[in-house]
Amino acid sequence: MLRFERWKVVLCVLAILFGAVFSLPNALPALPSFLPQQKLNLGLDLQGGSYLLLEVDVASLKAEKLTNLIEDTRTTLQSKQIVFSGLALSGDGVSVRITDPAQVQPAYTALQSLALPVAGTVVRDVALNIGQDQTIHLTIPDQAMIKASADAVTQDIEIVRRRIDSLGTREPQITQQGTNRIVVEAPGESDPERLKAVIGQTAKLTFQMVDQSVSPQDAANGQVPPDDEVLPNTETGQPQVVKRRDVVSGEMLTGAQQSTDQNGRPSINFRFNGIGAKRFGDATMENVGKPFAIVIDKKIISAPTIQGPILGGSGEITGSFTTESANNLALMLRSGALPAKLNTIEQRTVGAELGADSVRAGELAGVIAIGLIAAFMILAYGFTFGGISVLCLIINMSIVIAAMTVFGGTLTLPGIAGMILTIAMAVDANVLIFERIRDEERAGRRPAIAIDTGFNRATESILDANITTFISAFILFMLAGGGGPVKGFAVTLMIGVCASVFSALFITRMLVTWWFSVSRAKQLPI
Amino acid sequence: MHFWPLIRLLPKETHFKFVSFAPFAAVLSGIAVIAACVSLAVIGLNLGVDFKGGTTLEIQTPGPANLAALRTDMAAMGVKDAQIQQFGDPRSAMIKFESVAGVEPAQALTAVQAKLSSEFAGIKYISEDAVGATISGELLSGGLTALGIAILLMLAYIWFRFQLQFGMGAVIALAHDIILTMGMLSVFHIEFSLPSIAALLTVIGYSMNEKVISFDRLRENLRKYKKMPLADVINLSENERLSRTMITGATALLALSGMLFLGGPTIFPTIIAMVFGIIIGTYSSIYVALPVILLWGVNRNDGEAVKPIGARP
Repeated sequence: MLRFERWKVVLCVLAILFGAVFSLPNALPALPSFLPQQKLNLGLDLQGGSYLLLEVDVASLKAEKLTNLIEDTRTTLQSKQIVFSGLALSGDGVSVRITDPAQVQPAYTALQSLALPVAGTVVRDVALNIGQDQTIHLTIPDQAMIKASADAVTQDIEIVRRRIDSLGTREPQITQQGTNRIVVEAPGESDPERLKAVIGQTAKLTFQMVDQSVSPQDAANGQVPPDDEVLPNTETGQPQVVKRRDVVSGEMLTGAQQSTDQNGRPSINFRFNGIGAKRFGDATMENVGKPFAIVIDKKIISAPTIQGPILGGSGEITGSFTTESANNLALMLRSGALPAKLNTIEQRTVGAELGADSVRAGELAGVIAIGLIAAFMILAYGFTFGGISVLCLIINMSIVIAAMTVFGGTLTLPGIAGMILTIAMAVDANVLIFERIRDEERAGRRPAIAIDTGFNRATESILDANITTFISAFILFMLAGGGGPVKGFAVTLMIGVCASVFSALFITRMLVTWWFSVSRAKQLPI
Repeated sequence: MHFWPLIRLLPKETHFKFVSFAPFAAVLSGIAVIAACVSLAVIGLNLGVDFKGGTTLEIQTPGPANLAALRTDMAAMGVKDAQIQQFGDPRSAMIKFESVAGVEPAQALTAVQAKLSSEFAGIKYISEDAVGATISGELLSGGLTALGIAILLMLAYIWFRFQLQFGMGAVIALAHDIILTMGMLSVFHIEFSLPSIAALLTVIGYSMNEKVISFDRLRENLRKYKKMPLADVINLSENERLSRTMITGATALLALSGMLFLGGPTIFPTIIAMVFGIIIGTYSSIYVALPVILLWGVNRNDGEAVKPIGARP
């Protein structure tokens, strides 16, 4: 007599219940509230949406650090009254020549104060060495640069998240990939340009004094003092010379709102924190009657003349804004500046309509696949064994869908193909079993023995065959880049392989055993 | 009701001489593999943006898409090698262009979209892909690594479960399957992109499945019939598993047929590769993997003790 242990029955019943309960929300629109409501996650290719892969621009991060290093070197040497010349970028560092040979050592000591330890490493963020001809070289060690870009990524992620959240995009996913990349997935967002626009702006706000001592001709020829820089002015179109040193910068902002100025034009209201307010107050008090520049991302937005000291720590930026651009800029200022520029290196978007078309096509293809296979199996193996394999197939599908739903797997278009292929694999397991049973019966065994031996002999082949498929799915999961669709395929295939082995070895066996114990057939109908 | 279930129609025992066709099959496979390699070398694969970098843009206009106007526009923007073709529906078009050095495809996409939106009223962007050169390089090497590792792991697994000869037979057959599938994609100029790697890995999975089932039978019969010549054992094993081979192959193809005809142009390259691979994988189990084993020979003294001469199992 055929035996099927009780624990196996319990396992099968649990698996069937699991499959039914958790796959149901995907098939029916409304369910009673005591049942789980969670639905299968659809990939961006099925529900429409945007995928962006951003990379921190390490080169520009380094360039910025070196610029700061030049300024810091200048200030340090000036404060020690050390005379120097030739302070400039050289190679991938900064070099400076100390005029008096006797002062090289004191200069070196003074500059050492610029090097701060880098957390988690043994290096400092600036390396100094004395070269020939009284020159001191300052470089940024690679390790310090790696740490800086990692820190920049962490901060960028936070800022990008705040910016995208404020766009009102539904459930954006922002994750780090590798050391210097950020993945942004925005389901339902079919206009990635909006995302790119808010991500692309670094939104670094500074207030800098305008240097009126430089003539426009000199400015046009680039002949400006070393502590000045020439920046384009978006309001007047004329470049202007400003002091490099920031009076106040964006980190000190506590708020920024879009509003309208007294002429009814769009403007931005801002407010500083305590330090910012103090610095802003002092600067405006000392420079009444002089112009200062409001600079965002190295562009002068406007350069008003200080009418009087502004002590309250708040003010208004006017310029050539539209309501939308003012609103956007206010949002940028609120969410803070990106410590490092981000470049979009991969961008994929699927419109919602195409996604919906794919879902419809996938569903139809799935139904056709199951229908054709069911018809084929019943034609080939009859109602008993064909029917059992079809039932097993449907249970298998529901377990796959339920597992994908519960474990948060994402169904993608290639994933649907994977699921359909899983159907074929599940049927294959049943075919192997039935063929073995047929062999055994033909060899003259009694039906019960034939069934038992058939299952046992097929088990090894089924496991071997499915383990190889699992291996290739697993490799795909580990190695395939490109995020969503292909990974989704791999996950679907892995879950599908496990479910089809289980349903062939347990559920088919349970159904066949039950059928046999009820029918007591003298001859198997295959 | 003697004709149903249909499985009864299949003869209970078949005696096809699979092995005697092996020399013809070897010539056929050899020619096909050489042809595929030539095609891959001469025509090459139609690499998608995933692996080549660049931009593809599927658009839809309210009326029939004006391909000529689109071409003029793209040329006016100085876009390098823009390919513009109709895509399914006459209102839809696929625009594909390579990246220009120093410009990230995502940036180029922004510029192209701004231009197209201003020129064509009511234009809709159905899908967009812009892949930078770094990423496409990484994706290609990642994809090829995945294929390589998959084949090596299969070799290791079969070696562990069977014998080295079986593993080598399987791996040579897998290489045959992959070369022919890629050759087919190259000859018909079907796009090769990231999902194609998924398709190839699926083909590897399916083809291995076939080989394992075949080896399983062979090993079992080798133990049963210790004195039968290897060629006869192979013929016997293949005849024994013939009905399973046909039924499984048929179900796999039936399962994919819906997706092949209804899945739409996006998924078509993936599915056609799978369908082709399933057919080739079934063929190569019989005519590549087994002949390699036949030529190499097997160690028939593993497992159970040698039975005395004349003993019947």
